[in-house]
Amino acid sequence: MTKSPRRLAARVAARLTLCVAAATAASAAGAAPFEDTMAQRMLACTGCHGPEGRAAPDGYYPRIAGKPAGYLLNQLLNFRDGRRPYALMSNLLAPLNDAYLREIAAHFAGLDLPYPAPATLDLPAADRALAARLVAEGDPARGLPACTACHGATMTGTAPFVPGLIGLPRDYLNAQLGAWRNGKRVAQAPDCMAAIANKLAPDEVGRISSWLAAQPVPAGAKPAAGFAAPPPIACGGVAASADQAPR
Amino acid sequence: MTLRRTLRNAGLAALAALLALAGLVAWLNLRGEEPLGPTSPRAPAGAELLARGEMLTRAGDCAGCHTARGGHFYAGGRAIETPFGNVFASNLTPDAETGLGRWSADEFWRALHHGRSKSGRLLYPAFPYPNFTRVGRADADAMFAYLQSLPAVAQPNREPTLGFPFNTQAALAVWRALYFRPEVHVDDPGRPAEWNRGAYLVEGLGHCNACHSARNVLGATRGTLDLQGGLIPVQNWYAPSLSSPREASVAAWPKREVVQLLKTGIAPQGFVMGPMSEVVVNSTQYLSDADLAAMASYLQALPPAGELEEPAAARAPSARGAALYKDHCVACHGERGEGVPAAYPALSGSRAVTMRSTANLVHIVLEGGFPPATSGNPRPFGMPPFAPVLQDADVAELLSFVRASWGNRAAPVSALDVARHRAAGS
Repeated sequence: MTKSPRRLAARVAARLTLCVAAATAASAAGAAPFEDTMAQRMLACTGCHGPEGRAAPDGYYPRIAGKPAGYLLNQLLNFRDGRRPYALMSNLLAPLNDAYLREIAAHFAGLDLPYPAPATLDLPAADRALAARLVAEGDPARGLPACTACHGATMTGTAPFVPGLIGLPRDYLNAQLGAWRNGKRVAQAPDCMAAIANKLAPDEVGRISSWLAAQPVPAGAKPAAGFAAPPPIACGGVAASADQAPR
Repeated sequence: MTLRRTLRNAGLAALAALLALAGLVAWLNLRGEEPLGPTSPRAPAGAELLARGEMLTRAGDCAGCHTARGGHFYAGGRAIETPFGNVFASNLTPDAETGLGRWSADEFWRALHHGRSKSGRLLYPAFPYPNFTRVGRADADAMFAYLQSLPAVAQPNREPTLGFPFNTQAALAVWRALYFRPEVHVDDPGRPAEWNRGAYLVEGLGHCNACHSARNVLGATRGTLDLQGGLIPVQNWYAPSLSSPREASVAAWPKREVVQLLKTGIAPQGFVMGPMSEVVVNSTQYLSDADLAAMASYLQALPPAGELEEPAAARAPSARGAALYKDHCVACHGERGEGVPAAYPALSGSRAVTMRSTANLVHIVLEGGFPPATSGNPRPFGMPPFAPVLQDADVAELLSFVRASWGNRAAPVSALDVARHRAAGS
C-alpha cells in the first residue's frame, strides 16, 4: 500500500500546524496545552500530590507515583466510601465509580519516576539499631511482625496491595502511624496496620519513621512481585487477587 | 362568685378551642386516608414489574439517601442533616427485623402517599413524601416489588438526633397540618403528554424542589411547583433557580442538551458539580431518554421568574485577581475563560459564575471536584482543591476577577463570603 505524496504532504502540514498551534497555546498560557490524556484528567490530584504525583514539598501529601495499583485503589475506595475520614479527598472522589478509580490507580502505579534523595539521619546509634531491628525482625514477644515481612525485603512494597516504606518523608510516615493509632486512618477489616501501630510505643514510631525516611531508594526500585512467605498477619486490604479488591 | 364563673367559662372555652385545634390538626393529618385492608398474599413479581420498579426507584433517587457512604445498597444509615438535627434514612431492604420485610404493599403506599410508617407513626418530611404523595399506586407497587426483591441486609435503623419539640409526633402533626396534603398527580389536559410525564417525574419522584426551592424557618419548601432556587441547609450549596434565565433555566437550551446534562453530567452550556452530581450518579443517568426528555419539556416550560435585569458590576477586575487567574486557572479554563469543550467548563458567559449566590463558586475553588463519572462521561476531567494553597482573600480576588471578566458583569466576592463558606464546609 503506497501513500500518495500529496496526502502525505497534507498530513505533515496538518501536523505542523497542530504543533505550532499547540506551542502558541502553551507559550500563551505558560502551561502545557490541553491533551486528552489521563495525566490531564489527573490535574485534580497532582495539584496537591506534586507534579505527576511525585509528592509535594511539604511532606504531608504523599507521593502516589509508582505505588502498587491495588494499594492505591484501596486508598481511593477507603476515602470515597468514608473509611478514611478526610473530607477533601472524600468529596473529590464521591462522584467517581469503581471503574474510573481503578483506572486512576493504574495510571499512578504505572508512573516510573525517580525518587528524591533521602533525608539525613540524625538518630543516636542506639535508636538507629532499635529502628533497624524492629523493621527487619519485629518483636515476636509483642506479636509485632517485621515490616519487611509484608513490605518487602528491600522495603519497596509488594505488588499489588502493599506500599513501599522508603522514599517517603518522615512527617508523612509519622502522621500515618499516628492516624492508625488514634483511628483516623482506617483500612478494610481486619485492619492489620491499626493493630501493628497500636503495639508500637510512641517513641518507637518516631524512630522508625526517621530511620525509614533516611534510607535511599535504589535506582529502578520496584515493588516485589509477590510475598516471599505467607504474610504473618491478616489484612483486609490484601485480597487474593487484584480483581478481588474490596468494594 | 361571678369572677370564678367567668374564669371557669374562659377556661372551658380555651380548652374547647384547644381540642378543636387538635381535632383540626388530626383531621388534616388523616384526611383522604382509607383504612388499610387485610394484607393479601403477595403474587410473585415478574421481571417486567421489577425492571419498572427499579427504574422508578432510580427516578426517586432513593439510593441517594438510603445508601450510606460505603454501605450496603438501600440498607439506610445515611444522616440527612437538617437545621433541626439529623434524621437517618431507613433500611429499605426486605430484612424482616430491620427493613421492609414485614411491610405490605398497602403500607408502602401509605408511607409514600400519606407519610406514615408501618405502625402508623408520622414520618419526618426529610423523607420527601410531600413529593412522593403524587406517585401513582401502580408505580408505588412496582417500587415496593423491586425493593422486596433486593438481598435482605440486617442493619438496624438509627434514631434521629432532633431536639425538643421537633422530635415529637405532635410537632410533626402540626407541621403536616400546615404544609402537607396528600395528592395524586392529575394530567393537565391542556398540555402535551410529554409535559405531563415530566410534571409527574419532576414534582413527584424527582423531588427536585427538595433542593431547588427555598425553605422557611420550619423547613418547608414553597411547594412542589416552586423551583426558584434555594440554599441547601447545612451543606451550603446553592441549588440554582430552574426558572430564572440568570441562573439555571434551561428554556433556551436545545432539549437534547438538557437530556445530555441529566444523562451524562456534562453539556455544552453547563457541568454538574456538588450535590447534583449525586443525583446524576444515583438517579438521572439511569432514566430512559424518553423520561429525561419529558423532564426537559417540563423544565423548559417553567415560566421565567427571578431577577431579569442585568446586574451592574460593582468593580473592574483587579490586577491581583488577574495574576491569580494566570497562576492557577488559565491552563485549563483558558486566556479568555473559554474552557475546553467536554473537559473544562467555560467561565465566560457562565451563569454558574455570574449568578447572585457565590456559594457554589467558593465550594468549587476550595474543594475542587470532578463532574460525575457516568456511562456517557466515564472519565471526567477534574479540578484540584485550592483550599490548601489559597487564602480567603486570594479566593475572593480570584472569583471577583472571574465574575467581572470576558463580558461577565457580576458583583465581587468578599473574603468574608469565602471565610463563611470555608468554615461551613470544613
